Amino acid sequence: MILFVVQALNGFQLGMLLFLIAAGLTLVFGVMKFVNLAHGVQYMLGAYLGVTFAAHAGGFWPALVLASVVAGLAGLVLERLIFRHLYGRSELDQVLATFGVIITLNEIVRVIWGSSPLELAMPEGLSASFQLMEGLRYPVYRVALAGAGILVAVLLAFVVNRTRVGMLIRAGASNQEMVGALGVDIGGLFRLVFGVGAMLAGFAGVLAGPLVSVEPGMGENLLILAFVVIVIGGVGSIRGAFVAAVIVGLVDTLGRAMITDAAKALLSGPASARLGPAVASMLIYLVMAAVLAVRPTGLFPARA
Amino acid sequence: MLKTVLAGQIALVMAAVALAGGAEAQSLKVTVITTLTGPQAPLGEQIRDGFQLGLDTLGGKLGGLPVELTIIDDELKPDVAVTKIRALLESQKQDFVIGPVFSVVKAAIFKPVTSSGAFLISPNAGLSTFAGKACSPDLFVTSYQNDQPHSVSGQFATDKGYKRAFIIAPNYQAGRDALNGFKSRYKGEVVSEDYVPLNQMDMQSEIAKIASAKPDVVFVFLPGGLGINFVKQYRQAGLTNIPVLSTFTVDESTLPAEGDAAIGFYSGTNWAPNMDNAANKVFEPAFEKKFSYVPATYAAQAFDTANLIDSAVKAAGTDHDKLRKALEKADFASVRGSFKFGVNHYPVQDFYLAKVAKRADGKLQTEILSKVLSNDVDPYAAECKMP
Repeated sequence: MILFVVQALNGFQLGMLLFLIAAGLTLVFGVMKFVNLAHGVQYMLGAYLGVTFAAHAGGFWPALVLASVVAGLAGLVLERLIFRHLYGRSELDQVLATFGVIITLNEIVRVIWGSSPLELAMPEGLSASFQLMEGLRYPVYRVALAGAGILVAVLLAFVVNRTRVGMLIRAGASNQEMVGALGVDIGGLFRLVFGVGAMLAGFAGVLAGPLVSVEPGMGENLLILAFVVIVIGGVGSIRGAFVAAVIVGLVDTLGRAMITDAAKALLSGPASARLGPAVASMLIYLVMAAVLAVRPTGLFPARA
Repeated sequence: MLKTVLAGQIALVMAAVALAGGAEAQSLKVTVITTLTGPQAPLGEQIRDGFQLGLDTLGGKLGGLPVELTIIDDELKPDVAVTKIRALLESQKQDFVIGPVFSVVKAAIFKPVTSSGAFLISPNAGLSTFAGKACSPDLFVTSYQNDQPHSVSGQFATDKGYKRAFIIAPNYQAGRDALNGFKSRYKGEVVSEDYVPLNQMDMQSEIAKIASAKPDVVFVFLPGGLGINFVKQYRQAGLTNIPVLSTFTVDESTLPAEGDAAIGFYSGTNWAPNMDNAANKVFEPAFEKKFSYVPATYAAQAFDTANLIDSAVKAAGTDHDKLRKALEKADFASVRGSFKFGVNHYPVQDFYLAKVAKRADGKLQTEILSKVLSNDVDPYAAECKMP
């Protein structure tokens, strides 16, 4: 039982990391109708900048702020140079161009930081851990990461639902031309959304740094999960991204933990050891398919 | 993507043409094919650097002959590797092809290379396929047969009397081979045999299962980023009381990213930087001086490969059949101390358990703890009938 609680906590915390990435992605996708595959490399960029700033700018906390800001700026530069020319083009053009950005940025990162994985140390203040079950200590840092996810969710929900900018974002998501015709600077709105999205991805990258290895290509795995999250949650919806991120985090973690054991219990022999992981890694896609079958626009579609 | 491949090939062909133009009558044509792009590039770079150092210390010559060296990036894609190696072999016959890092690539390039009349010398990949019935007179492996490093941990766990083991590997063929390798010499009970997706980032779920199962020992084969994540998170979870045996999880290629969290982890291996023999005392410091990082087994095995070829060419010249006889003798000073070839051209060597420790200069390395297997012959060698 206690193991189940621990695994649920792990799942929730993975969900929060996913949310930080999916939040930016869903806004960009929802508001700008822009498929940005390069969102994952912005996460990677954040992690690498975090490593560099932590070493040269006085530790984890300054690095968190600086890396998020620089990642946001880098997103704006990419928007200016490349993405701007893709708005209104077909999805295929967008996918191809942003895929090119992935390859290019991965190689640039390799040239600058080398191909060996790097380490980002945990901040001193959060490196403690507490006893959760016998023999297992839970790092405070992971709880803090989940907390940061909730905080960002509340903040974003407030901005999107309660402020003028948020109103424009919502309006832009449902009818771009109309908002433009009313005299709103759509280009500026897009840049703002894009910059914030890139910043959140960079922020997530720094936060993930102490838990995972910082290496070229680290964003790609997470990107696929983030797309699953925004499809389940409904494109353009922050609330949807939050709920879906928690669902995906929980299903993925609990699925891996429980299904493999269930498969071993039900079946015997070497087949069971293979079947479990195979089914477990399919699980979130099955959930996605089920959600889409019932609600084709996701759980909380941005209202048209 | 396509463009980079094409550009690479054009550059390669041009280099080959240039080489052919200026070639002397008596020179040795050697190609290193290894992985130099993608997440696994650090391993491929170790192979390239280890071989380069071997060549440099021999004055740029092998067996007294000047060397025309070509380096190919296989991109860890079997199809790309075959295309590139074929293009090279068709434009210019090679005496030796050295590589690759990964078994999937080896399986792909084996036929094109050996049928061209070149020797294929594998400084890392030790596929079981070519160790048994399908062993080949033109293939030499200077690393190990893939099962062996994993079985070291199994033997050690048995020797130590660990009764309950929790074992983890990625969910693909090499992962299953690794766990079978461990089990082949482990006599205790395997309480859980877990396979994780190759791209999994968070190992917290497996770590919670380990804490709950309370095994006597953990064995993991988690290469690259998987291992880095596992090692960091294992320490963060405070599971210090359960020893972790491993293969390719804590080695010099991943230690810089794992940091102090890796101290105390065990690794089954055939070599470590602190190994005490004359050849290694030359190799290890020279490598760090030249490349500014601590070498792992990949580099050591590639360095040995250069010296193996040197010894054979010195004794036999460039005649293919005489060279084979000379290679089989393995008459060189290995950085591993004792080294000889079995009937299947795979090494017969000692295996050790190493432990991660911090050196006086603050860098991390694995250090030999104890010898686990002596003159170990791989389990497939008996099936090999060399023609």
